[in-house]
Amino acid sequence: MIKPVVDHKPHVIIKQAHVVDPANGIDGVLDIELKEMEIVRWGKQLDHPQAEIIQAKGLVLMPGFLDLHVHFRDPGFEHKETIQSGVQAAIYGGFVGCVTMPNTKPACDNSQIVKYQIERGEQFGFNIFPAGTLTQGREGKKISEMAEMKASGAVAVSDDGTWVQDSGVARRAYEYAATYDLLIMSHAEDCCLSMHGSMNEGVVSTKLGLRAVPNAAEDVATARDVEIARLTGCRLHICHVSTRQAVETVRRAKADGIKVTCEVTPHHLALTDESFMDYDTNFKMNPPLRTEADRQAVIRGLEDGTIDAVATDHAPHAAEEKAQDVESAPPGVIGLESAFGVVMTELYHGRKWKLADIVKILSLKPGEIIGNSQLGRLVTGVPANFVLADPCHTWQFDESHIHSKSKNSCFLGKKLKGKVLHTFVNGTHYDLNGGK
Amino acid sequence: MADAEKKKKTDKGDPAGDVKWVRKDLLGLRDLSVAEINLILDTAESFQEVSQRAVKKVPVLRGKTVANLFLEASTRTRISFELAEKRLSADTIGITGSASSMTKGESLLDTAANIEALKVSLIVLRHPSSGAPYRLARHTAAGIVNAGDGINEHPTQALIDMFTMRQEKKTIKGLKVVYIGDILHSRVARSNIWGLTKLGADVIVCGPKTLIPWGIEELGVRVVYDMKKAVRDADVVTLLRIQLERQNETLFPSLREYGSSYGLDSEVFRLAKPDALLMHPGPVNRGVEVESALANSPQSVILKQVTNGIAVRMAVLYLLSGALPND
Repeated sequence: MIKPVVDHKPHVIIKQAHVVDPANGIDGVLDIELKEMEIVRWGKQLDHPQAEIIQAKGLVLMPGFLDLHVHFRDPGFEHKETIQSGVQAAIYGGFVGCVTMPNTKPACDNSQIVKYQIERGEQFGFNIFPAGTLTQGREGKKISEMAEMKASGAVAVSDDGTWVQDSGVARRAYEYAATYDLLIMSHAEDCCLSMHGSMNEGVVSTKLGLRAVPNAAEDVATARDVEIARLTGCRLHICHVSTRQAVETVRRAKADGIKVTCEVTPHHLALTDESFMDYDTNFKMNPPLRTEADRQAVIRGLEDGTIDAVATDHAPHAAEEKAQDVESAPPGVIGLESAFGVVMTELYHGRKWKLADIVKILSLKPGEIIGNSQLGRLVTGVPANFVLADPCHTWQFDESHIHSKSKNSCFLGKKLKGKVLHTFVNGTHYDLNGGK
Repeated sequence: MADAEKKKKTDKGDPAGDVKWVRKDLLGLRDLSVAEINLILDTAESFQEVSQRAVKKVPVLRGKTVANLFLEASTRTRISFELAEKRLSADTIGITGSASSMTKGESLLDTAANIEALKVSLIVLRHPSSGAPYRLARHTAAGIVNAGDGINEHPTQALIDMFTMRQEKKTIKGLKVVYIGDILHSRVARSNIWGLTKLGADVIVCGPKTLIPWGIEELGVRVVYDMKKAVRDADVVTLLRIQLERQNETLFPSLREYGSSYGLDSEVFRLAKPDALLMHPGPVNRGVEVESALANSPQSVILKQVTNGIAVRMAVLYLLSGALPND
């Protein structure tokens, strides 16, 4: 069902991979032995006469990636994406688990939809971690049935796509979530300030004559949420941070001991509002691409630990929806299949990051944020979840690399350095280059 | 075209030189060079004479079809384009917002494909969304004329304003031109800013901060909040229409207070140069942006702008049609 799966092998030894797993303190060339697709041990020069050998010299072996922020659109918007097509894209991107946002139709605000999404993921051998809504129907009025959703497997609550504008409701919803130690994922955007703008407010929007979103829309919302977290003691996660001021707010909040984490998208790391010059709707997303000063600030935030993780905000939209004019086209871009290449290009090659730090932002920290101790690290005795990647493979990202149902990427035509070649998900081996 | 070419190009200090028109689209003045702007203005001069004939027609676009696709309410721009097209002998079709399939959910690019299938040479597009003509232009072989896109540009209106200024003041270089009012939502102001700064005018924008777009100074203009200071020694004062339909956005407290700070009356207008021009892209809210009597004064060139509109639009359609492939 999900391709390209490799035949099940009872006994495998992966030879001479550069294994990077900060949780276990591993960073060096090792062999890894798997039986029935579970890791049994790692070490130098492992051999067994019956084992099938996978030669991995020159490749990096990392715990599989976890995406804290995807839209699989299922149920309700299956013309954009389904859990099946989303999972396929995730595996091609090296992801072994995804937190799905609840802005489906109907909204994921009850345990039935939470269960459906998890089971649908299991059918494809994949780890779906649903976020349920914060408020019923994502309407920002009444608290959703969080306890039941958590019991059914929801890892977080969020009204993603919108922000709970009423601070009184937000305070009660965050407080209630704290009862069950549920993570709150906040799409911090004051819509009274963003006013349906199509891009970042600045010199570029003035030149293009487009209605625009000021940084303040995000800054005000981030600051309020941090204060409600201080008040209620909830666990707050700020989604897709894009402004320099929001990074600073989170930095101060962390210094104050508030339980706050946050993520940044690959596109906010790599691109600025200058990319919009052609009115191309594949550069319209929410939050919008910001200025170079903001881009530098999110990179610094990632480097000093203020920003914990990279999450794609994979937001598929059908071609006909993106073919509309800029103001009518829905915001959002896909990101699963370009994420590793962009992160490697910008951070590993561009800023000389260590591979261990790449693993932290793509695997380890996301696992910690959703409280999963099986993913984000190498674990023996459970079905294997890891990737084999070529850190220096140079490729041009184009539509042929996209297995998502939608093609709305802002990285089409971009040259990337670093590519995932094999993904092992729950003990299933996918050879992404089809054995080549 | 013989008639238009025969007329000697009059040099107004900004010579067009030997520039050849190669664009199939006129999307915005942001994209145009000084030479291209001057070429349009010079060409418009040659077309002015056509409208003074008993038979107001030249065969320049005979056999060509122009579609006027107006997806936002418009009267004066649409009529001006239609007249320009008819005087160039083009066949025209009109498609308006409420009658078009776009209200039935058809996307902009599908509409473009359908119009192209009808073998239309030029599309004049008025669209409520900024950037729409850019997207259309990239996906169709037909030439596109932007007749106003969202809050972005209205290039033919700006060319008309510049044509009128050049007609009255001989040259645009060095003119002090003031725009008063809703700069934020004005595509006319934005196009004029691109064009006038390229031609060397000193452009000032004036209005309450809520109506001035972020970073407008980067486009080479000055922002002055005090209307009296802005108008002092101006060569041209252009008033922008207050869009009464935007009242619910609370950009200023009341029309009364707006009028008291930014409504132009003859007392303030006296601060401008004695021969200053008063312009307005229309339609005028008399008594709001401008005192009614002032709008009718000899210094007001508002109706000249309307007349010049036809010649400028004829020039644009003529130049674009010459750049269309296999046409």
